[in-house]
Amino acid sequence: MTNSKEMTKRDVQSPQQRELPQRSIRPEVDIYEDETGITLKADLPGVTKEGLDIQVDKETLSIDGKAEIDMPEAMQAVYADVRATRYQRSFSLSNELDGDKAEASLSDGVLSLRIPKREQYQPRKIEVRNS
Amino acid sequence: MLPRIHGFDSGLFNEFRRLEREMDQLFSAGFWPGTMRSVASDSYPPINVGVTPDQVDIYLFAAGLDSEKLDITINENRLSIKGERRLGRDDNTNYFRKERYDGAFHKLVNLPEDVDADKVEARYDNGVLHLVVKRRESSKPRQITVQ
Repeated sequence: MTNSKEMTKRDVQSPQQRELPQRSIRPEVDIYEDETGITLKADLPGVTKEGLDIQVDKETLSIDGKAEIDMPEAMQAVYADVRATRYQRSFSLSNELDGDKAEASLSDGVLSLRIPKREQYQPRKIEVRNS
Repeated sequence: MLPRIHGFDSGLFNEFRRLEREMDQLFSAGFWPGTMRSVASDSYPPINVGVTPDQVDIYLFAAGLDSEKLDITINENRLSIKGERRLGRDDNTNYFRKERYDGAFHKLVNLPEDVDADKVEARYDNGVLHLVVKRRESSKPRQITVQ
């Protein structure tokens, strides 16, 4: 028993991963669209800026966050709704969205991500000239 | 015909959900032997509870809370946490997904009998509310030396 425990310990990097190596949580999101782009808000409680990785390429958006939970040593879990410390979720992007211009911010565990529509998909106001 | 089939389907689904909840409750209720009644497992926000001989740690995973509006009380060993999260969604906005919790919540957690209601600390960091409740001296395990 002791041997196998040490084996698993050596395989992983952080104490959090040691406890929960595989599972991840699918964060809850709100997504809405307006004329100029799309906004996504995701609940990522426990995630700091440093633990958050957002990748946007032409077709996909992926969110990967690691929660840092301050736990005393030798704590015994007696009840857990949350059984992983990693959040992961991906979305496909339609090509009218400009992933290069995406902007993100994180506040109290809420991620706000804004992806604007490409120039040619932005609404244009047509000026009516007096003749 | 279609709506009926749908109705039946969702009824059945609800029934599964109910069963699942009951199973969950069966296994999660009473995490303090005998005293811990239950924590409704499907209510917002999700919580984790851990113990050491010195203290009980309670974690609420609730991002984007206004910590000023939290109302935390402890009465003997009953911990009550009231709060709200208002997202202020605009009805005129075109939402594709609305999964995030919007509204008030009230969470009740039964703690072990030996907690000291006067020694409670609360911190709200990165969307996690962390409460630490100290346990009374007398309840710590003591080493008994055999003479």
